[in-house]
Amino acid sequence: MPDTALEGAVAQRSLRVALLGNPNCGKTALFNALTGSRQRAANYPGVTVERKEGAFTTPDGRAARVLDLPGTYSLRARSPDEVITRDVVLGRLNGVQAPDLLVCVADATNLRIAMRLVLEAKQVGRPLLLVLNMMDLARHRGISIDIDALSAELGVPVVMSAAVRRGGTAELLAAIDRMAPTLAPAGEQAWAAPDAAALRAAQREADRIVAATVVVPDRRDPLTRRLDSVLLHPVAGLLILLVLLFLMFQAVFAWAAPVMDLIDGGFTALGALVGDAIPDEGALGLLRSFLQDGVIAGVGSVLVFLPQIAILFLFILLLEDLGYMARAAFLMDRIMGGAGLHGRAFIPLLSSFACAIPGIMATRVIDSRRDRLATILVAPLMTCSARIPVYTLIIGAFIPDRPVWGWIGLQGLVMFGLYAAGIVSALLMSFVFKRLIWRGSPNEPFMLELPDYKLPRLRDVGIALWLRVKAFLRRAGTVIFAMMVVIWFLSSVPRPPEGATEPAIEYSLAYGIGNAVEPVLRPIGFNWQIGVALIPGMAAREVAVASLGTVYAIENADEDATQLGQALAGKWSLATALAFLAWYIFAPQCAATLAVIRRETGSRKWAFFTFGYMLALAYLAAFATFQIASALGAG
Amino acid sequence: MSKSSPDTLGSAARGFRGRIRGLRPFSIGGFPAEELERRLLELGFIEGAPVEIVHQGLFGRDPIAVRVQTATIALRRREADAILVDAIHA
Repeated sequence: MPDTALEGAVAQRSLRVALLGNPNCGKTALFNALTGSRQRAANYPGVTVERKEGAFTTPDGRAARVLDLPGTYSLRARSPDEVITRDVVLGRLNGVQAPDLLVCVADATNLRIAMRLVLEAKQVGRPLLLVLNMMDLARHRGISIDIDALSAELGVPVVMSAAVRRGGTAELLAAIDRMAPTLAPAGEQAWAAPDAAALRAAQREADRIVAATVVVPDRRDPLTRRLDSVLLHPVAGLLILLVLLFLMFQAVFAWAAPVMDLIDGGFTALGALVGDAIPDEGALGLLRSFLQDGVIAGVGSVLVFLPQIAILFLFILLLEDLGYMARAAFLMDRIMGGAGLHGRAFIPLLSSFACAIPGIMATRVIDSRRDRLATILVAPLMTCSARIPVYTLIIGAFIPDRPVWGWIGLQGLVMFGLYAAGIVSALLMSFVFKRLIWRGSPNEPFMLELPDYKLPRLRDVGIALWLRVKAFLRRAGTVIFAMMVVIWFLSSVPRPPEGATEPAIEYSLAYGIGNAVEPVLRPIGFNWQIGVALIPGMAAREVAVASLGTVYAIENADEDATQLGQALAGKWSLATALAFLAWYIFAPQCAATLAVIRRETGSRKWAFFTFGYMLALAYLAAFATFQIASALGAG
Repeated sequence: MSKSSPDTLGSAARGFRGRIRGLRPFSIGGFPAEELERRLLELGFIEGAPVEIVHQGLFGRDPIAVRVQTATIALRRREADAILVDAIHA
């Protein structure tokens, strides 16, 4: 008998379960409740869709592995995420074994859309179990569901769950234990991508089943209605969104500062320790420089942003779980749409203020490839936190600290202007891209479910935050680290000869490159020292500050930025300083961002394109700034 | 078509309550009509479903948030023009 055969096979290995459901159905909360900390996130082979897999043990002691599939409304698959969901469910994704059991997760407070997906999933012919999640909320709202009738209508076992409650998954686990011994192998696969007529018929059937088995009081969630009357108010809603953004930035910069100082101090101390341990002579000197300037300083200069990224993600995850992010997209859609961007591009662009890397990764929520690409291309134009040290240094050295109006100072105004220039150019460029590159390609509609508000759960936010922090650390340890080593190599090899009087960098390959590009940089007011500093700035923009320090042979440049600032003030003209600021609005030279763009777009072409267009803009902006400032007598 | 009873959901005012009479999908900026119809269906916009416009944006009163039975869906008026409605008079 095939059943016994499968039972025998399943007994040898873990039961494979896949969670399938609409966005916002509480699928991830259920996944977390089942697996706790026994989960890991990786990517599906060949694509950048996050693969969330976990393990759990049923009350009967059965080992199971569970996949949290990306949320979808249909198996039709419109985005890369949804393609993964479809292919796993159909058991045709390379490198992922077909699930033994499909667990359809439905939000019990919003069943009719979910029911259509269940009907689609039934056609796949795999053993299926329907979980009505968020039953606690449904009961609270007076929704009553006849589980037995629903199960009979669908011909599928149905259980209730409340993922956020202790013991809320007991029924689900018991059902898995009941089903496991008799799980049939996959039957006939009768699913085909539904056309409009099929969808219509399926939705009618779903509505009929819901009408026959569910009693829903005819009212919206009162809390959501009250909150939305303020948060989605045309004027008040936008103002509240602005205040929220302001608070978020305040937190990112103010809260992160002490931890960042700690990390910075830690790496400086570690570098000094290595410096004391290894003598600075001969081959050992090279090793010392590699460890100190390449490995420790390099990794440190990226890791120092971890607190900012963690705080930014904490805010985003909290707002996401609360249900506010969809509202933010709703409020911003028209403003973003004017620039040819999708309402959903708002969050990725917002994240890019901390760092373009998480921002570009967050574009995965955008279904249409064109909209996603447009967002990825302009994300690096948002002023990331790595530009702040550069801005602070130059503004402090060249812009007089005097009040312009009331408590608004000139320095702060320049800083604000630089941020505004980044935002405006991002909107402008996406508008241009839309007109030039994607002229005539279809406009993706904006359609988005606004879920009811829910109190975020600490554990779910904590797990999601940890996964993101881990992903950042992994990148810092691989791609970014490799880049740092290359750049260290360029700036340190060859070593200065014995008794050299000039700074070490003047003997390096980087110096040669800096000198070679100097004629090109002259029209924008840059000298060779800036040319040299731009090369290590490739690794991380703020490294340019430390490099300028090295080039100008100032001790402890990164500890004492004012000292470096004074030196620059004596050596650069105001026009050069302003041109340098204008250059950094665009600052194309962030290798890590380019690496992420290449990975997320799946092609080198877009990484080169981003580098090219940002380089052109940086050059043009610096050129215009330098020439105009010089003409006005600032040269 | 008088102002008090709009023909499509896209032309209805905030607070409008009605029932979907049919879908009349059209191609918007190159986006295929059939795909628009499928997406509307997938979000529960189907003949007979009661709808209510519960929110709208500041600029051009766009986008709109529509209550369709137990779900609230945000969409632009342009796409909502593909949804034909009959007003429900309370």
